[in-house]
Amino acid sequence: MRIGVLALQGAFREHMMTFEALGATSVAVRLPEQLNDVSGLVIPGGESTAISKLMRTYGFYDAIRQQHGAGMAVWGTCAGAILMARTILDALPDQEPLGVMDIDVRRNAYGRQIDSFEADLDFRGLSDGTFRGVFIRAPWIERTGEGVDVLAEHEGRVVAARQRTLLVTTFHPELTGDPRVHRFFLDEVVGA
Amino acid sequence: MNGNSTTTTGTLRVKTGLAEMLKGGVIMDVVSAEQAKIAEDAGAVAVMALERVPADIRAAGGVARMADPTVVEQVIKAVSIPVMAKCRIGHFVEAQVLQSLGVDYIDESEVLTPADEEHHVNKWDFAVPFVCGCRNLGEALRRIAEGAAMVRTKGEPGTGNVVEAVRHMRTVTDQIAWVAGLREEQLFAAAKDLEAPYELVKWVHDNGRLPVVNFSAGGIATPADAALMMQLGCDGVFVGSGIFKSGDPAKRAKAIVEATTHYQDADIIAKVSRNLGEAMVGINISDIPESERMQERGW
Repeated sequence: MRIGVLALQGAFREHMMTFEALGATSVAVRLPEQLNDVSGLVIPGGESTAISKLMRTYGFYDAIRQQHGAGMAVWGTCAGAILMARTILDALPDQEPLGVMDIDVRRNAYGRQIDSFEADLDFRGLSDGTFRGVFIRAPWIERTGEGVDVLAEHEGRVVAARQRTLLVTTFHPELTGDPRVHRFFLDEVVGA
Repeated sequence: MNGNSTTTTGTLRVKTGLAEMLKGGVIMDVVSAEQAKIAEDAGAVAVMALERVPADIRAAGGVARMADPTVVEQVIKAVSIPVMAKCRIGHFVEAQVLQSLGVDYIDESEVLTPADEEHHVNKWDFAVPFVCGCRNLGEALRRIAEGAAMVRTKGEPGTGNVVEAVRHMRTVTDQIAWVAGLREEQLFAAAKDLEAPYELVKWVHDNGRLPVVNFSAGGIATPADAALMMQLGCDGVFVGSGIFKSGDPAKRAKAIVEATTHYQDADIIAKVSRNLGEAMVGINISDIPESERMQERGW
């Protein structure tokens, strides 16, 4: 299975290493043409403003929407989750979401870096116990629409959700060395 | 659901994690809210709030200190991306002040005049993460041992001359390759030669890389400079004086961002390098007296 990881900026290498360790092929995607032959795309953590500007300059908005329409699964972590939302709360004035998933996400919801944290999460659909969530200047999911399943919450806030071939996590599984969410994406979300 | 008991802040993983999120990006020096907005609009992943950029610090001479808290607060208010600020080497009270202002990263920086000629800040004492400069692997590992969650090669700040940045990045990568190729029993002597803790030398040997993100800094002035440093193996770049000392800062900033992402694509680097206006005036390193070279600060 070929998984693209959007490599404009951010923690894309850690995602790629985790997929490779699970036996999938991963591709660093820097230009939209590279989306043509992947079954899934990860939009990684990074700075959502920097990533969205580069996405616009290089024509990724239409390309991702189009490929998703044709069956490509998409998983956004942190900044990626922000960009997949229908509405970004506390966005920059010109920051456009992809709008592929029926959720509203608030940027920097917990505060500044000093408020970044780790916590154990009950992640629905994962076996073998809790998952260690690493939240870095993280957003949270403030609204989920119909057809969106909540997969994990932290202190009453939605931090992971899924809508058919779309997955969002506001935390960073790629920084933990625990591949269970990557395995979940490959097994349950891609091709669903 | 889980209660609060498993929730922890200020861990090494959230400190190094923010640096991981900055990778492949450009961190820009700014001295005002207006410059910070220009940097954010150009696609900077973070800004460094300063009272003066290194080129002006160099020109002004005298003792360079932490910025006025007002400047830092104005920048924090102006942008939604992470804000960094510099404290003097060893000046842990400036660091305490910056943490209380809410900066997202502290740069314990040789650009400012050192406050302690023997000790750096004990960075483990802080919840906010630190980035520190290095010229070689030993210096990088000493800073990491003190709690730095990110390093940057120093280059020579405020010169617009990339030669020292290249020298330091090549030194770090060559030494990593050397350590990785050693036999286990040679690591003890290597730790002594590098003047670095054995455990960290062993980690580099086992993993073939630094345990934290390493950016390049000090002299980057053009999109090609940024791509050069990325091809030499850094994780991202700091651009200090190079942007706001140039003719068209907004355009140059955006071009450097694009060249950092597409650092292996010469067609894109060529395209974004066109018509950027005047680059900052550079300084030859040999024209700077040794006592005024910022890279020599730090131990």
